[in-house]
Amino acid sequence: MKYMLLMQFSAATVDFPTIDTWTPEEIQAHIAFMRDTNTKLAAAGELVDAQGLAMPETAKIVRSHSGGTPVVTEGPFPETKEWVAGWWIVDCEPSERAVEIAAAVSAAPGPGGAPLNMPIEVRQVMSAPTEEL
Amino acid sequence: MLVEDLLRELAPQVVGVLTRRFGDFTAAEDAVQEALLAATVQWPQEGVPGNPRGWLIQVAQRRMTEEVRSEQARRRREDQVARQQPADRRVAPAADTVDAAGQDDTLTLLFLCCHPALSPASALALTLRSVGGLTTAEIARAFLVPEATMGQRISRAKQRIKASGVPFRMPGPDGWAQRLDAVLHVLYLIFNEGYASSVGDDLQRVELTREAIRLTRAVHAALPEDSEVTGLLALMLLTHARSPARTGPGGELIPLAEQDRGRWDGAAIAEGIALITAALPVGPVGPYQVQAAIAAVHDEAATAEQTDWPQILALYGVLERISENPVVSLNRVVATAMVHGPQAGLAALDALPSDPRLTGHHRVTVVRAHLLEMAGDRAGAAELFRAASRATASLPERHHLAIRAARLADPGP
Repeated sequence: MKYMLLMQFSAATVDFPTIDTWTPEEIQAHIAFMRDTNTKLAAAGELVDAQGLAMPETAKIVRSHSGGTPVVTEGPFPETKEWVAGWWIVDCEPSERAVEIAAAVSAAPGPGGAPLNMPIEVRQVMSAPTEEL
Repeated sequence: MLVEDLLRELAPQVVGVLTRRFGDFTAAEDAVQEALLAATVQWPQEGVPGNPRGWLIQVAQRRMTEEVRSEQARRRREDQVARQQPADRRVAPAADTVDAAGQDDTLTLLFLCCHPALSPASALALTLRSVGGLTTAEIARAFLVPEATMGQRISRAKQRIKASGVPFRMPGPDGWAQRLDAVLHVLYLIFNEGYASSVGDDLQRVELTREAIRLTRAVHAALPEDSEVTGLLALMLLTHARSPARTGPGGELIPLAEQDRGRWDGAAIAEGIALITAALPVGPVGPYQVQAAIAAVHDEAATAEQTDWPQILALYGVLERISENPVVSLNRVVATAMVHGPQAGLAALDALPSDPRLTGHHRVTVVRAHLLEMAGDRAGAAELFRAASRATASLPERHHLAIRAARLADPGP
């Protein structure tokens, strides 16, 4: 089964300071942890994809209805309550394993090396119908 | 020599021979890919044949003949092959006959694959496959896209070339310079793609930087008198030489000024400096030579403090006059600050003509932050580094800029 692990931040769910206010050593430890996590997932044959997104400041919102010129709104959006920072797609069995991976990611080191306890949303990627149908 | 390296060297020669023989690049390219795959499987087990090039030509030619036969059966066009072949090729030559033009085929193929009719992304992919002898899967991995996507990109590129009716031969003197520019640009893009994304050590990925250097060496061997080709090869070697020192143990980027220069590749630097020293006095000086000269000045300095900034500033002045890239002006601003101090740098930054390609670009913010830091405005610099780190679309760069901001916020010892 494939699962998407969404790293979604919001003012309400995150109680740590933004990464650009940490010490250089704390940032380096965080980078090394993430890299190591991806290396391990790839070595285990579970990693499908891992991507980080550019900050919401650089986002655009596009709306269009047929026949009209698309309306493009440039970020940052003050009303943004939450934003997706990135995702992993893992292919693993059983579903508990996806939770285990999400838990490992959630505990990435932050200020003082303490686990960040980030909320990671685990969503199954929809697939072809199962044979029983 | 590794089988893999041997195959990559032979691939363009074999594609060239068959394209010449059958007059159909698209089909030749496909057939050679299959022959390469067969060799990848068989040679490591059964040993490399005595005449590897002849072996590949034979297997690919058999494959093409089968293709043509099934085509004929389908469409009743018995004379297709005959019509496409010059009269002296009606009798198939022995597989190991060396085509007189065989050695130039790499270059001819490059001109074909880097045709201006193709988008850069297509030209890159096609070049790596046809000239570099990489498999679609390897190229897909190198560019981090699904294999099916890359396969589609390559086949569409081949269709475009077929549709445009570009002949398989060297461009004439009238289009030569422009077409060579396109080839060098594609090689430079391949190198850059590899260099920019070579953070981390994914051993599954083909090293595009090495591949670009290998292909540029082949062009240099074919056109030793062309000083821009020499300049590009020197630029790649002098840049690639710093790779071992470019990332720290955790995968973080280390800027030039802070790199452990003992980890640079001395042999590559020596070769690059020899190449650019020989190229500069010959013929017109183009942007690749100037960039190589700048890289050479950096690489010649035993420590960052010993960098000959006045010379770098002068070279950026030359480069600015002959190149179209606004990033060059930003680099000249930094060099200005290194020679005349941060205030002069800030004045030069403010004096830059507005260029839509630079407006709002995070590189401008990074340069300003760097100059403020030099001027002693730690808080102002930290704020701008932070802003730039939030604006970049490169994860390693985001981390690097965040670290620079964090260092400035640190009261320090």
